[in-house]
Amino acid sequence: FSLVQFKKQKLLIELDKYAPDVAELIRTPMEMHYIPLKVALFYLLNPYTVMSCVAKSTCAINNTVIAFFILATIKGSAFLSAVFLALATYQSLYPLTLFAPALLYLLQRQFIPIKLKSKSFWLYTVQYAALYLCSLLVIICLSFFLLNSWDFIPSVYGFILSVPDLTPNIGLFWYFFAEMFEHFSLFFVCVFQINVFFYTIPLAIKLKEHPVFFMFVQIAIISIFKSYPTVGDVALYMAFLPVWNHLYRFLRNIFILSCVLIVCSFLFPVLWHLWIYAGSANSNFYYAITLTFNIGQILLVSDYFYAFLRREYYLTHGLHLTRQDGTEAMLVLK
Amino acid sequence: SNLWYLFSHSVDKAWKELSNVLSGIFCASLNFIDSTNTVTPTASFKPLGLANGTDHHLLRYAVLPREVVCTENLTPWKKLLPCGSKAGLAVLLKAERLFHSSYHSQAVHVRPICRDASCLAVSWELRQTLTVVFDSFSSGQGKKDWSLFKMFSRTLTDACPLASQSRVYVDISPKNKENELLEVTPAPTSVHEAIVQGDKRTYAVYDLLSPSLFNTSRSLNVQLKWTRPQDSSELPIPVLHAQRYVSGYGLQTGEIRTLIHNTHPYRAFPVIVLETVPWYLRLYVHTLTIITKGKENKPSYIHYQPAQDRRQPHLLEMLIQLPANSITKITIQFERALLKWTEYPPDPNHGFYVSSSVLSALVPSVIAMKDVDVEQSPLFTSLFPSSDGSSYFVRLYTEPLLVNLPTPDFSMPYNVICLTCTVVAVCYGSFYNLLTRTFHVEEPSRGGLAKRLANVIRKFRGVPPL
Repeated sequence: FSLVQFKKQKLLIELDKYAPDVAELIRTPMEMHYIPLKVALFYLLNPYTVMSCVAKSTCAINNTVIAFFILATIKGSAFLSAVFLALATYQSLYPLTLFAPALLYLLQRQFIPIKLKSKSFWLYTVQYAALYLCSLLVIICLSFFLLNSWDFIPSVYGFILSVPDLTPNIGLFWYFFAEMFEHFSLFFVCVFQINVFFYTIPLAIKLKEHPVFFMFVQIAIISIFKSYPTVGDVALYMAFLPVWNHLYRFLRNIFILSCVLIVCSFLFPVLWHLWIYAGSANSNFYYAITLTFNIGQILLVSDYFYAFLRREYYLTHGLHLTRQDGTEAMLVLK
Repeated sequence: SNLWYLFSHSVDKAWKELSNVLSGIFCASLNFIDSTNTVTPTASFKPLGLANGTDHHLLRYAVLPREVVCTENLTPWKKLLPCGSKAGLAVLLKAERLFHSSYHSQAVHVRPICRDASCLAVSWELRQTLTVVFDSFSSGQGKKDWSLFKMFSRTLTDACPLASQSRVYVDISPKNKENELLEVTPAPTSVHEAIVQGDKRTYAVYDLLSPSLFNTSRSLNVQLKWTRPQDSSELPIPVLHAQRYVSGYGLQTGEIRTLIHNTHPYRAFPVIVLETVPWYLRLYVHTLTIITKGKENKPSYIHYQPAQDRRQPHLLEMLIQLPANSITKITIQFERALLKWTEYPPDPNHGFYVSSSVLSALVPSVIAMKDVDVEQSPLFTSLFPSSDGSSYFVRLYTEPLLVNLPTPDFSMPYNVICLTCTVVAVCYGSFYNLLTRTFHVEEPSRGGLAKRLANVIRKFRGVPPL
């Protein structure tokens, strides 16, 4: 009873779950052989990564910790995954939302079904949460002992949450809060911060069987809606796109979105120069490019999500859909 | 306008009360003094008069560089004088002539002093100074002669009855050895020689309380005439002078440069530089360089208090040794912040003012000075104090700077809110659709007009219909 036999049997069991004519949609290990190399290339050769290194930004350290966290989760080590997640949360608050996909993946790996009444589910969740919270507490207390005061908590986390500094960046927050009426500023700060965190639960419900994709979507949402985004964060989720290159046939707007993203990346420095140095444009020009860039990112992520869900539908219902009268059918979201 | 005070206790509340009270008394906008423009310098300001030992934490210094002096400030200032502007020297101070000048400055100094020689009781001494620079030579009259009537359009008639001393000092120091270059009329009551700020100077003194002054005429109009036109007007260059300016281009970064000149031929002396920079110019202290004669000059004392956004300005104090006959250049780079649209002043493209830096130094004098007795001429010593015979204290203020910050578009708050919320709603909408809806096979429908037209075109092309 060899490993190969076991894998073949597993494949056959899985194939049974799917419709008969979807063989071309199923991924084989042969196709996936070069994906790690492609992911590494996508990250290392990405101009955004190069730019963030040239700027000597600490974004590279953030990305490293998140990458280690993903590696530890995929390998199944709950302890390491909790430690790296605590480190990532300690640096910037938003990776807190990656707790859910990591938990879902580890549960799947341990073959624990995700039912709210199941005892083993709660046991594992509580264990993982305890590991995570304890490592976070240890790291924060270490910082307290290094600094001898709790001043760093409002300075670091209060700063991330309350957005006092309005230096222009590629995100949506800065101009919004520069033009905000004072009366509403607390309300809108809360709205924007909740916006990052509240996609977690619905995505967890929808994507509970696909935690790796969930992690990708979550990282993308963090990169778009965090309070001080940088191009290094964009490079991080773009590095995962080769993992889903089999979704290419279902993507609807990929050409226009990549054009939007590339053109906006070229226009950012041009309009910045025009505003700050030449004085012939004003802040609205740069703000417009910010808006377009963020819309491009959002539509890219939702396009991939659409393609993923569509592939799932085809896997279970078959590739060639026919209507009652036998003609070819179209799929619609209703 | 600037304000500094040494407290004895409970500083912050008392500082706020003091600035508000003074703002009310002088009709000056001193009530805008708050923590964003107040600093606690450690070395630059020492209390005048009697002091018990100074804890520099109790000292506060604030500057409002945007406030200018105007008639509303002059009127309450004059009201503090015992005779007001009704008698004595203060009758000259009429606003329409005083503000028609190149430079105008008013000050009020308060310090505790001994009431008498045994120093058993302490009194408070209030000293008011008014500095005006009239430039009649370049403002059209073409001659360097002046008179009180020409400058102030009135003359002195009598002394204030409440004054114990009332004097006019006219500087008649000869430029070179010839004495007959200028002539003062009427004749002064006495001539006083003193060494002031390292220079030997002669003053013609008009004592308004002496009965001989108003004998000949009811009013006193001091006039000065130059008997021979001067060929070359060499103004004496002060031993210590400084300039400050902003360099760089664009609205992102810049550099503040201060040039300090020491023109003393052979003596070097230290100077304390105090710079207060508002929080929205983020200073990079690692770019601070001090260069003298091409070489780096390390200050022997640096105190730096970093700024906190919207709470506290930068404070930089340095003790720098200035070599003889040299120019010292201090440069520091900064980055400009983008503020909220309500934090800009009404004319945002005018720029933001950066307050002047304060240079305090004990300048060695070229000529040895003898101590002037305080009792004999208290007015004179308070105008030109000297602590010992060899140096005099100078506090120099550089020019304030005007710095432009990048501005958002002020006409757009509603548009920005709508557009940004639209982008967020696009994300929310797409994700809502994908999360709550599922795929279904489409129901057949006949299609509208567009579809039928498209089918007709497709039939021509030979492509299967929609």
